[in-house]
Amino acid sequence: MDLRTPLKIISGLGSNKEGTMHFWYQRLSALANVPLSFFLLWFVFSMRNATQADFSAKLSSPITVSLLVLAIISFTWHMRLGLQVVIEDYVTSEIHKVIALTLNNFFTVGAALISIISILKLSF
Amino acid sequence: MVELLLPKNSRPTKGKVWPKPKAKNLREFSIYRYDPDEKNNPRIDRYFVDVDDCGPMVLDGLLWIKNNIDPTLTLRRSCREGICGSCAMNIDGLNTLACTKGMDEIEGIIKIYPLPHMPVVKDLVTDLSKFYAQHRLIEPWLQTKTPTPGTEWLQSHKDREKLDGLYECILCACCSTSCPSYWWNGDRYLGPAILLQAYRWLMDSRDEATEERLDNIEDPFRLYRCHTIMNCTNTCPKGLNPAEAIAEIKKLMIERRV
Repeated sequence: MDLRTPLKIISGLGSNKEGTMHFWYQRLSALANVPLSFFLLWFVFSMRNATQADFSAKLSSPITVSLLVLAIISFTWHMRLGLQVVIEDYVTSEIHKVIALTLNNFFTVGAALISIISILKLSF
Repeated sequence: MVELLLPKNSRPTKGKVWPKPKAKNLREFSIYRYDPDEKNNPRIDRYFVDVDDCGPMVLDGLLWIKNNIDPTLTLRRSCREGICGSCAMNIDGLNTLACTKGMDEIEGIIKIYPLPHMPVVKDLVTDLSKFYAQHRLIEPWLQTKTPTPGTEWLQSHKDREKLDGLYECILCACCSTSCPSYWWNGDRYLGPAILLQAYRWLMDSRDEATEERLDNIEDPFRLYRCHTIMNCTNTCPKGLNPAEAIAEIKKLMIERRV
């Protein structure tokens, strides 16, 4: 039987005075994703039938490389923030939640790192 | 807490069909019944109301059933004019007040359930103690640091207008219990009704505890579980806009950070 008062239950461990920057960055990255998505679509479309040599030539431009790296950072960052919210919303068990959030972080950093290094490798 | 299906012992079964009264114009009600003293699952009972013998609102129909057919039907009601919030329930799939919902607004059978995802005390009465505790948590009273003046705390007409659309909330809990985020995380997310009240005190030109109030609700769960689903605004029987109030709180949060 739970004899705690309702106020005790809903007070939990108190407010952690965070969340605003998460909210803000999610919107900022969403905004950045709009032009970066168009750029990426254009890039992929323009590189259809391209060989690796074509890619290397294209990626010799620092602007193209920067935009691609920016796109990777913005997409994965946005994905991490969004998935974090989904996990917090739907995963109830504390231990499963911590594991899911950790995997989310590891996966995002890993995916971003591999993508960025691949782009840089082609560009140098 | 995500529960896509109700727990086995909470799933309603077919209930009793109560005899039709002798009348010309009948309206069928399908009502959720649950008695904690019985060990049975909740059931859906069907009643027939003589609409020529009762008032036009759903609450009138419910009280007609209680007075004429089944006195054990349990529900909260008090003011019968949309100001106390007691008779909040799920009517025809939407949380609203039984006293302000006309029977003629509903086509076919009038289906009535208690407020969703709340512990049921009996029939249409839900346990709102956590909801009230959440209201207590935001300290919904005027807080000042300046020594109290000899007369009233003054407020300009313009500042008073900022409370319009906020002070009218009657805490019926229709909005909070329509919010999926509140269903899943009701222990940590404050929900639309409480956040609308929080904003009402943030907006009060006489209140001096803005900093503490913002600190108190700045939390990934207490505030940021709102994902702008808008069920709250859609369902509010008073026509208020809790989603907008929450968005305004988020704007204040950004304003003091960025």
